[in-house]
Amino acid sequence: MADTAVPLEAGTETVNRPGLLKRILLHNLPAKIAAVPMMLTVLVVFVGCTIWTIYYSMTNSKLLPTGKFIGFDQYERLFATSRWNVSVTNLIAYGVMSLVFTLVIGFVLAVLIDQKIRFESAFRTVMLYPFALSFIVTGLVWQWIMNPTLGLQGTLRNLGWTNFTFDWIANPRMVLFALLIAGLWHGTGFCMVLMLAGLRGVDEEIWKAARVDGIPTWRTYISIVLPMMRGVLVTAVVIIGSGIVRLYDLVVALTNGGPGISSEVPAKYVFNYMFSGGNIGQGLAGATMMLLTVLIIMIPWAYLEYGGKGKRT
Amino acid sequence: MSQTATMAGSTPATAGTVVEARGPKPKPFFTPRKIIIYSVLVFFSLYYLFPLYVMVMTSLKTMPEIRFGNIFALPQAPTFDAWIKAWTSACTGLNCQGLSPGFWNSVKITIPSTIVSIFIAAVNGYALVNWRFRGSEIFFAILIFGSFIPYQVMLYPLVMITREMGIFGSLQAVILIHTVFGMPILTLLFRNYFASLPQELFKAARVDGAGFWRIFFEIMLPMSLPIFVVALILQVTGIWNDFLFGVVFAGTQNYPMTVQLNNIVNSVQGTPDYSVNMAATVLTGLVPLTVYFVSGKWFVRGVAAGAVKG
Repeated sequence: MADTAVPLEAGTETVNRPGLLKRILLHNLPAKIAAVPMMLTVLVVFVGCTIWTIYYSMTNSKLLPTGKFIGFDQYERLFATSRWNVSVTNLIAYGVMSLVFTLVIGFVLAVLIDQKIRFESAFRTVMLYPFALSFIVTGLVWQWIMNPTLGLQGTLRNLGWTNFTFDWIANPRMVLFALLIAGLWHGTGFCMVLMLAGLRGVDEEIWKAARVDGIPTWRTYISIVLPMMRGVLVTAVVIIGSGIVRLYDLVVALTNGGPGISSEVPAKYVFNYMFSGGNIGQGLAGATMMLLTVLIIMIPWAYLEYGGKGKRT
Repeated sequence: MSQTATMAGSTPATAGTVVEARGPKPKPFFTPRKIIIYSVLVFFSLYYLFPLYVMVMTSLKTMPEIRFGNIFALPQAPTFDAWIKAWTSACTGLNCQGLSPGFWNSVKITIPSTIVSIFIAAVNGYALVNWRFRGSEIFFAILIFGSFIPYQVMLYPLVMITREMGIFGSLQAVILIHTVFGMPILTLLFRNYFASLPQELFKAARVDGAGFWRIFFEIMLPMSLPIFVVALILQVTGIWNDFLFGVVFAGTQNYPMTVQLNNIVNSVQGTPDYSVNMAATVLTGLVPLTVYFVSGKWFVRGVAAGAVKG
């Protein structure tokens, strides 16, 4: 970490005249002043607010966060609430499907685009533009397309396919797939861009060597190129994964949690309890569970990226 | 990165032994392989383009035409009435001012948030690369780690903090929140960029007696136009598309366009006018889409930059 810093540090030290211990605080003073916003963000928001939330999730705060410490009661309540449990189940089901499909589609599209095709930039442009749009726009467009009477279902029925059914948005058992279609529309292009960057980073010599050895192309992709792209894959999983845990806007716009509570997600539960349910303690307990989920995703990644530094490079 | 570098270094040795045909091979255009590749790509392109087509076409239709029930059909007599209604008089509950106040709110939020967040992040990146101090790397590590914390975890305490500061429910609050949450990714971006510049420039200026701000404004900034463009694209689209911070921190008067759009379309009152809904949706998507199509490769660079690890 500090290996590149040493010569720099030494350089500035000689300019500043080396010396007193007091200078530790004054050393690079303008830099420290300039970094105050960053320090405040880190200490107050990322550390302070997180600790505050974790602490107050163990209080019986209702309308205001003034309650007294009650341990894990809020969490017991949380997991006894069917809406929370539905939210968690939804998030797991949606999350697994979304992650798998995003990665697979993103990778397949990247491989296809990497075949020295014509109109490459046109295809790339078309695939990535949804990512520039907000989740609200995404959700509302798909809500209209999936409108049972006037959307795709109605249109195809009017055109003569009378038993065509595409009512996922109004069907509690299928609504997660409706979310998935909209979510994939928004995010797969981004995954494709990441994967394409990964593919282009693989050395041509690898391909030549594989060809000389007579390894079929698909086999080269799966057994040689994919493992070489590990860094990109891990990054993609972390980014997509933490996006899934945050899933909120899309649900609000597309289904608003309905029909009933069948497409509720934790982020929405937390939001509702904090800002309209008048039960802050519950909201904060839900938020802490979200944090825990992210940590479960993050810690293996952080370990892989930074823990095993010695044996790599 | 280092892996590819070593691979590239060893190329001369292997290149001599493998005899490769040079130049393009003459190939027939319609091979089964190509047909499969193109049909899959076209299939997915239709999936990506279909919503855009439906959104624009619906917005140009009239309600009787929409009730006829064919979302594929082109509008018989294209009209911008729905666009005008969406802009000026679409209702959210009892308030019938259309989307235009939301648009201007979004402008008022996006411009200052973009400028402030990019400036602070640029200074952070510069300080982290050229003026390291005790603990600066730890701050940076927490900053990056913090970008993965779900917003909901920090939302309530931030409401309390902004309320204490007396800015809750105002534009300043949203700008502050965007600056805070834009900081990790932007700082990463600038840090990596400044680290890639030749350090000799900085050292030379230092020897000549230039200080922190002088070097920043006179040497670093003029050299970092590309990364500013990337940051600009990232922030303008990101802030324009934000929903959560707008709905929590802006206050009803200052709701950004996304919030108003959602309120217009998902308001339960009255019979829904789908052409107005879609016109409003297109209008909201227009700004990021313009940024996307105008910036072209820069957008891709911005998106990819978010994924490059520090």
